[in-house]
Amino acid sequence: MQSIQQIQDQIIEEFDFFQDWSEKYQYLIDLGKNLPEFNDSNRVDSNLIKGCQSKVWLNSSFDNNIVIFEADSDAIISKGIISLLIRVFSGHTPDEIIAANIDFIEKIGLNSHLSQTRANGLLSMIKQIKIYALAYQAKN
Amino acid sequence: MLDVYKIREDFPILGKKVNNTDLIYFDNAATSQTPNQVIDVISDYYKQYNSNIHRGLHSLSADATNKYENSRTLIKNHFGASHEHEIIFTSGTTHGINIISSGLEKLISSKDELIVSEMEHHSNIVPWQMLCEKTGSKLKVIPINDDGTLNMDEYKSLLTPAVKFVFINHVSNTLGIVNPVKEIIDLAHKNNSKVLIDGAQGAAHFKINLKELDVDYYVASAHKLCGPTGVGFLYGKSELLNSLPPYQGGGEMISTVTFNKTEYADLPHKFEAGTPNIAGVIGFGAAIEYMNSIGFDNIEVYEKELLDYATENLKKIENIIIYGDVDDKISVISFNVGNHHPSDIGSILDQYGVAVRTGQHCTQPIMDHFNIPGTVRASFSFYNTKSEIDLFIDALKKASKMLG
Repeated sequence: MQSIQQIQDQIIEEFDFFQDWSEKYQYLIDLGKNLPEFNDSNRVDSNLIKGCQSKVWLNSSFDNNIVIFEADSDAIISKGIISLLIRVFSGHTPDEIIAANIDFIEKIGLNSHLSQTRANGLLSMIKQIKIYALAYQAKN
Repeated sequence: MLDVYKIREDFPILGKKVNNTDLIYFDNAATSQTPNQVIDVISDYYKQYNSNIHRGLHSLSADATNKYENSRTLIKNHFGASHEHEIIFTSGTTHGINIISSGLEKLISSKDELIVSEMEHHSNIVPWQMLCEKTGSKLKVIPINDDGTLNMDEYKSLLTPAVKFVFINHVSNTLGIVNPVKEIIDLAHKNNSKVLIDGAQGAAHFKINLKELDVDYYVASAHKLCGPTGVGFLYGKSELLNSLPPYQGGGEMISTVTFNKTEYADLPHKFEAGTPNIAGVIGFGAAIEYMNSIGFDNIEVYEKELLDYATENLKKIENIIIYGDVDDKISVISFNVGNHHPSDIGSILDQYGVAVRTGQHCTQPIMDHFNIPGTVRASFSFYNTKSEIDLFIDALKKASKMLG
């Protein structure tokens, strides 16, 4: 199992291949389209993340000290970004998730291409992921 | 005819690059850009005669007061009000609406009814909901038809004797549709109801005559018509403004103050407590002068040309849906392409330097009516060009292709 940092480094390396923003966007769109189907019963208001212009649902489950995240959005670029977040965070322990320092977003140059509204939405998603981890850590 | 390329030289921001490409600014319905003629007047105020108005005896204060009051005259003349004191300077449309909604708290009772429409901006809904909560009065809603226009038959049937007020926008900020405000006002008056028109979107695109409209209250913002942000005006008929209590207490709005009794100042000062946005008001006046130097007739003709050109070419895009595609509208186009989320389209357009607005545009009821999460809204101003529209449509086609 790769660490959260190793996964982030891998994503940074992948994005290095892209020549310009349109290739990065195209990649995010493709990731969004390939995001595993979200369970309809989890598409509820209590799973909605506040602060996004598009709707983003985030659900988590906890088994054997491992947190699994699944998410969905009605906007495809948001879905692509979510897909990266799930790849980074899902399958790790609450301690690892809480301790993780998320640097890949800035390093792949996504920050400069995100509007303030979208950047805020992204921060809300990461915050919610960490809140879930904190709750599971407390449960342990 | 206006010379758009000459006009563009007045707007320094239009030469800016975003994301390494030329800016194409199509978010004019949110905020219009500011010409040098307005920027210079504001900068001149701070460089030459920055001081407080009305009470100072010194020369700077006299200068500032004259220019501030001159803006009031310019606005009164431009909008065809009867008297200067009917023009109250505000921080913008929302502030103007709140002066009225707060003033009506004592004048509206639980037996009264108020009317808004389904196409209102949230700022022309929420203050009235708050008023209803406080007074126990009832809010009734004129529905829109599927083409986005107001359902006037429903309006007529909602106009019952209990209706004291009607609150309607002149132009829908989301759809660009121009409402038949004269008919709305006349019908309301026959019913002894008063009317407030939210003119935030109307004032920038055509000439308005408040006396001819016979409207009771009218509110607008400077930043929609080439003026600075944080300033606007509230127009009210003298007798109505006089019947309202002051909105805020403070300096400037009083004539005498003792601990036994304070006398309020006359209009317009009664509603202008504290030091106002002096530079903003003077800039607002300059913006009105600037737009008149171009001519509202010219602006109307040219913006209609841009609207028709953009609508015609947008319609060639596969799966495009335009909301509110009717004849009587200003240069605002709200649309979606297939099932693509408006924020996806907006994000990609931004990469091509095209600034549009995406989302609900503070009009959630309209989105609910069409059962959509939002729209992409492109809004054009008299300084935009057909070649910008070509680039926008080209970028839109690329965005649609990327999203697949």
